[in-house]
Amino acid sequence: MFPTPIEKTSRSWQLTYQSLLPLALIMWLLPLIAVAVFSVKPAVDFTQGNYWGLPSSFEMFNNYGQVFFNSDMPRYMLNSVLITVPTVIGAVALSCLAGFALGIYRFKSNIWIFFMFVAGNFVPFQILMVPVRDLTLDMGLYNTKTGLVLFHIAFQTGFCTLFMRNFIRALPIELVEAARVEGIAEWKIFWYVVIPLMKPAIAALSVLIFTFIWNDYFWAVVLTQGPESQPVTAGITSFNAQFRAAYHLMSAGSIVAALPPVLMFFLMQKHFIAGLTLGAVK
Amino acid sequence: MTAIDPTIASAKSERGWYKRNEIAVTPWLFLAPAILFFAFYVLWPIYQSIAISFYDWDGLGEARYVGMANYVELMDDSAFEVSLWNNLKWLLLYLLAIPGGLFIALFLNQTVTGIRLYKSLFFFPFVISQVVVGLVFSWFYLPNEGLLNGVLGLVGLGPINVLGDPTMATYGIIAAGLWPQTAYCMILYLTGLNAVDPEQIEAGRLDGAKGWKMLWYIIIPQLKPATFIAFVVTIIGALRSFDLISIMTNGGPFGQTRVLSFYMFEKALSEYGFRMGYGAAIAVVLFLIMLIFIAYFLWSMWAEEKGR
Repeated sequence: MFPTPIEKTSRSWQLTYQSLLPLALIMWLLPLIAVAVFSVKPAVDFTQGNYWGLPSSFEMFNNYGQVFFNSDMPRYMLNSVLITVPTVIGAVALSCLAGFALGIYRFKSNIWIFFMFVAGNFVPFQILMVPVRDLTLDMGLYNTKTGLVLFHIAFQTGFCTLFMRNFIRALPIELVEAARVEGIAEWKIFWYVVIPLMKPAIAALSVLIFTFIWNDYFWAVVLTQGPESQPVTAGITSFNAQFRAAYHLMSAGSIVAALPPVLMFFLMQKHFIAGLTLGAVK
Repeated sequence: MTAIDPTIASAKSERGWYKRNEIAVTPWLFLAPAILFFAFYVLWPIYQSIAISFYDWDGLGEARYVGMANYVELMDDSAFEVSLWNNLKWLLLYLLAIPGGLFIALFLNQTVTGIRLYKSLFFFPFVISQVVVGLVFSWFYLPNEGLLNGVLGLVGLGPINVLGDPTMATYGIIAAGLWPQTAYCMILYLTGLNAVDPEQIEAGRLDGAKGWKMLWYIIIPQLKPATFIAFVVTIIGALRSFDLISIMTNGGPFGQTRVLSFYMFEKALSEYGFRMGYGAAIAVVLFLIMLIFIAYFLWSMWAEEKGR
């Protein structure tokens, strides 16, 4: 193990390290801690210039109550869920199929199709903006959740296929060959042999795509407008316009908007990290 | 009764054809939905964007073919030049996330109690939406009330208005972007450090390698896969930067924090006018820059595939 395990070092360094850890963490998360403190402050603290001191009164229920009952926030949150969940399902389904095809079969154009997905995933998505907005308008899907979902599925398929294909490549191919010898149909091999083995990859991708899509801002701004279809990342800007300079409410709103991916991460940490490393670092 | 019902016969031969070609046909059936979606929403639009960049088009009326005019105009556009320089700053400074992430990963790669929680909390910034990160940092930088100036005041410096100063604003935004990106690189290196071969470390120790030498000659070479991914995601992140700029400065002050992705959005879709062709031309330039990296990434992946 590198660096030298702490138990094998001098007592004084052990103590330094133990006290350095929480300090470093507080420094690292200082901006977030500040927002969390902001979100329980009363409005009067900001007008009196008490920005960074302790809250003069504890207004958590008031502030979060405002966010939940007196703004469009719940609406935006619901939109985010309705955009994120179908995208996750769609992208994972498409990439399971494509990953299986690219991971199991050896055919001539295999590597080129794979590279097409990889390259497409790396493309700066701004180059898609004008045509995709146009396409969406033409299909009558501008400012709908469906329009956003369809695009997200297509774009995420690149990354997901890269991930799934690499995962399937690492599976023991003998299992598939044994099934073929038994005369089992290819789609049955997919469904009964490969899919059960892919469960960890599916979990990892789902958590990761959930976070990516939940946090998407660019496409939300390009393809939607207004509370009837905008997700929470775009909604928070209109929320902030509504409560201009009301830092306590803006903080509470931001925390609410950021919470779902954070929860997802803490609940599914192992899968999340497996996904982030693209399965390449084990 | 030897006559065969023709429908059964054809059904049989069809099944026979599929059975005979099952291995060749199945992958294409499995690939079809993904390829269709991808072609429709990604590949075709790339082509279209390139095509639109040769037209003068407001998004509604007739498009007028203008040849290279949009690109010629870009050459003299000072806002474009600023965006291009800022993109370069983003690219270079964003790479600091890699050594930064490695440093934190080395710091956290211990087995004291509660270290798992520490690792997750250090990773926290990456999970949060960039929109929220942008908000948080713009408050952090507030000219009078911001925490940054509070801290600077303690050591007798400042106050500075980071986001209001045309020379500093871009660096302020990049610093905000580095926060989640460093967290990402950290997690990559933490997983990488787990896989480092302990025998090689022991061998190194016997040979008297310590500290920096150990890190440089034994650890970092083994972290190569993690470094590669960190490099890929950081470059992509730097070139895609949009959210933070839009939230923190909206391109200002005086357009000095624009990058290509933001500038193209401004030209094509905001109150500055609907110049789709011009916006597409900016996007094509960004795409060409990215293409250099994409080619490099694909080449490395290809080399690795062949090595297997």
